[in-house]
Amino acid sequence: MTVQSPSRTRSNMNNSSRNDGSSAEETSKSRWDPPVSALVPKMKTVDLHAYFGPAEVLKGISLPIADKQVTAVIGPSGCGKSTFVRCLNRMHEVVPGARAAGRVLLDEQDIYHSDVDSVRVRRRVGMVFQKPNPFPTMSIRDNVLAGLRLNGERPDDPDSVVEKMLRRVALWDEVKDVLGRAGTGLSSGQQQRLCIARSLALEPEVLLMDEPCSALDPIATARVEELIHELRRSYTIVIVTHNMQQAARVANFTAFFYLGTLIEHDRTDVIFTRPKEQRTEDYITGRFG
Amino acid sequence: MMFSAYQRRKCADLLVRMACVAASLIALVPLVSVLYYVTARGIGGLNLDFFTELPKPVGEPGGGMANAIWGTLKLVLLACLIGIPPGVMAGVYLAEFGHSRFGKLVRFSADVMAGVPSITVGIFIYSLVVLQTKRFSALAGGIALAVLMLPTVTRTTEELLRLVPESLREAALGLGLPKWRATLRVMLRTAAPGIATGVMLAVARVAGETAPLLFTAFNNRFWGSGLTEPTASLPVNIYTYAVSPYEEWHRQAWAAALVLLVLVLLLNISARLLVRPRVGGR
Repeated sequence: MTVQSPSRTRSNMNNSSRNDGSSAEETSKSRWDPPVSALVPKMKTVDLHAYFGPAEVLKGISLPIADKQVTAVIGPSGCGKSTFVRCLNRMHEVVPGARAAGRVLLDEQDIYHSDVDSVRVRRRVGMVFQKPNPFPTMSIRDNVLAGLRLNGERPDDPDSVVEKMLRRVALWDEVKDVLGRAGTGLSSGQQQRLCIARSLALEPEVLLMDEPCSALDPIATARVEELIHELRRSYTIVIVTHNMQQAARVANFTAFFYLGTLIEHDRTDVIFTRPKEQRTEDYITGRFG
Repeated sequence: MMFSAYQRRKCADLLVRMACVAASLIALVPLVSVLYYVTARGIGGLNLDFFTELPKPVGEPGGGMANAIWGTLKLVLLACLIGIPPGVMAGVYLAEFGHSRFGKLVRFSADVMAGVPSITVGIFIYSLVVLQTKRFSALAGGIALAVLMLPTVTRTTEELLRLVPESLREAALGLGLPKWRATLRVMLRTAAPGIATGVMLAVARVAGETAPLLFTAFNNRFWGSGLTEPTASLPVNIYTYAVSPYEEWHRQAWAAALVLLVLVLLLNISARLLVRPRVGGR
């Protein structure tokens, strides 16, 4: 493993190391990031291939997802990053003609094994989408409870579930007096937090976020990013973003995808300051993409 | 400079707008005149007896069409019970799996069926039900009307389900809902107000159908009990009374036409209220 000189790449990371000649792991000054070699995986993909009809969009991805950490997936458009996260809860196969091959382990169990029910996987691995999509026929309150109710569960104390989830996404104070109104009447930033609350109500172990801020303004984006900081204490989070600053701000680990292959996966500060691959550096410095 | 390009454009705008208004007014003429004429002619024949009494024999004054009003309600209800569930389900099938070869066949059949003249449906049910059971019956009439509703209900359901954003399905599936639940509880629920409107249009259309009832439900001067007896209905009564030579019957035919009109309106309004979105707006 060759270590690149850190002086050639500067990004907006604040804790980048200037030490030369030592490995990334040793020079870590971060309080919370373990070295990539020592990460405890919650999920792991092993030689994951994904197809849309005859087109192969993921060409053998093997990537561990750190437990109770935020992993960002970055890369230029069409590199397969969205497809990758959709494979992590078997949403990929929902699209007609789409299929996946390889293994995706969740707590060492292959979610693509024939015994595994995709519906159960999606309850353990929640998802937040690019565009906020609250259910238009439901009130704010019912949107939070939707995952439970539509699955036929009757929570003992629905009001406390609603309050707990809305507090968890820092939306409670804004909507506590209008819980009966339509969820679609909120601002898009509030809608996105409502959708996050809806996912969290099912108490998933992993939360997948597919460009959750790309439809939001900067202030709403900042709120969601704050929220991600809060949530990573209790959840394993995978966030797809085309905004490299966002990855730098929220993620402990970053994976760089290019043309359906995983180019590099490392601690975020390492990716943004001392990437080992030339293509990673070219991308994060804006030479392409 | 008197007539600048700007003025010419303003002028053209005004002309086109006036032409549109005029066209709309022309389109309204038959609608309003039918409403006015039916109301003006029908209102005189209306009284309490009309709604509560059976028809009187020719020559006796008075009497009403209680049996025909009830009969029409019965036929429409039957048609809804028989026609809407398979129609909606076929629509769901087309929206979800409509790209298969079988789906295309179903859609094509529905489109062809929508154009089949109602009297053809009547004669079909006549041979299928009336000749088999050897009697005219309310049930046969209901089936005939249901067959007429089916293509409209199917295609409306399909079209409106397709209008529901795919992102809602993804949201539902992402919450760990099985596909059938996502379709029924999220997609169908979201499309429900539109589907109900489409269904009501179909109901309104068949409520006024006469031809397929002539030889299925037939007619009845008395209360037809149950589903296996012939039953009176407003459209058939309007036809029978209007072509009769009696002045009193003509008056009652107009009254029946008015009642039918109001009935369809009430059906429409109640359906809209039923599926009104339950959450308030902003």
